Amino acid sequence: MLELVEETVRTKSIVLELPDWVGHRAGQHVDVRLTAEDGYQAQRSYSIASAPEDRDLVLTVERLDDGEVSRYLTDVLRPGDTLELRGPVGGYFVWEQSLGGPLLLVGGGSGVVPLRSILRHHQAIESTVPVRLLYSARSLSDVIYREELMRIGADDVIDIRFTLTREQPNGWRGYSRRIDQELLDEVAWPPSERPLVYVCGPTGFAEAAANTLAELGHELRQIRTERFGPTGA
Amino acid sequence: MDALDGNAIAGTLVAVFGREMTTATGICASCGTRSMVGELGVYLRAPGMVVRCRHCDNVVIVLVEAHGVTCVDLRGLAAFQAVE
Amino acid sequence: MAISRGFQGRRRGHVDPARVPPGQYVTRDFPVLSAGPTPHTPLGDWDFTIRGLVDEPVSWTWEEFLALPSETITVDIHCVTKWSKLDTVWKGVSLDTLLDGVETSAEYVLAFCDGDYTTNVPLEDLTGGKAWIAYEYGGELLEPEHGGPSRLLLPHLYFWKSAKWVRGLELRDSDEPGFWEYYGYHSYGDPWKEQRYRGD
Repeated sequence: MLELVEETVRTKSIVLELPDWVGHRAGQHVDVRLTAEDGYQAQRSYSIASAPEDRDLVLTVERLDDGEVSRYLTDVLRPGDTLELRGPVGGYFVWEQSLGGPLLLVGGGSGVVPLRSILRHHQAIESTVPVRLLYSARSLSDVIYREELMRIGADDVIDIRFTLTREQPNGWRGYSRRIDQELLDEVAWPPSERPLVYVCGPTGFAEAAANTLAELGHELRQIRTERFGPTGA
Repeated sequence: MDALDGNAIAGTLVAVFGREMTTATGICASCGTRSMVGELGVYLRAPGMVVRCRHCDNVVIVLVEAHGVTCVDLRGLAAFQAVE
Repeated sequence: MAISRGFQGRRRGHVDPARVPPGQYVTRDFPVLSAGPTPHTPLGDWDFTIRGLVDEPVSWTWEEFLALPSETITVDIHCVTKWSKLDTVWKGVSLDTLLDGVETSAEYVLAFCDGDYTTNVPLEDLTGGKAWIAYEYGGELLEPEHGGPSRLLLPHLYFWKSAKWVRGLELRDSDEPGFWEYYGYHSYGDPWKEQRYRGD
């Protein structure tokens, strides 16, 4: 493990150097397994935050208060340590140029991680497929990759919108509520454009967003979801 | 508790089937609904991994790891097809 | 197998090892495990039934159930996923109370639950002060995610046998595997003999 980058108060990016890495597709994840000295093991899945074109593999981890793996990764892990990974895996929640667009990415909290991989890949291949990211976070300080996203959003092809659900800075002109039908209707392409939609976030968020898009007329077949949630027993 | 989806067992399925399976499609033996594995409801916090049809909640796949061997039960599926 | 420097997990040590079955780790949490969606049966629709190899099925509504003599007990519980939790406090009706007066030649029981979960246990493992239908945990009504309104409490066997959302017992003369037993878990499940999987 090369480097730890603090993204927000609660999230850190882990930069890994992997000599035998086979490469990955944007949207995939890895399974991380930790083993204690007495043999106790715990395993969790983390989305890959880096694009296939990036030099190093990056995972972004949100520290959960009662998360035995996330707390290790954000509090204990240090440069020089090794991590046991399995992957990359996931063919369902993957975007590449051949799938076309337009592309609607909807992320809640740390659900933005695989979407950021998709955005970086999109940029690296200089794709002209129109992309919109709708990113829901509690406050501006909870927005992961904030500077990067604001920079990317200045582009013509990529449109980035935030909704800050709990707290907004003075003068905030973006959305300030949880995603609802009206908000999605404004941000999403009309169903007639048949956008490809990728929704990622906690189960409740992901299901609400997908169902609302379906209610707006988007075909379920065009919507891919990846749910995050507690996985440890 | 809320279910996750087939993405959460992607790694285990690769270990078992030797290939990517989240885009494989299955037909629920109980209600006939066709779904991609990535869409199915997954319960991980259990003595095994339980995969259920989103339409009728019936169990379609169960994975149990016993003594280092992962046993897969597909009896809840009427058909299962990996896609190239 | 790579050791992760400094990784401990959420276990807590410093426990009398005689209370911890082989292969288990003690935890202070109470992890929620489930094989499916949490059922929410309204109490007005709830009943508990003993049926099968009996002259007549016997059933209690929620009010009748709560009127039965109950006990508060403190037990250690052991989950097959390797966590153990010591000194858990429950309140419930003993199976001895529920089976009192039930005449049967049955040797086996299949407990059945909302959400279609089942588990099997020999009848003699439910009697003699070893089993309860519990409706309170830690002094409060049992929460749905932990099996409320009531669950089977069978602490001497692995905790998958303490079936959540239990609705009754089917008394049988032959042993029928329940949900996890069907998928490869041990038919009996004694944590002290580490009977996790079929054939152990």
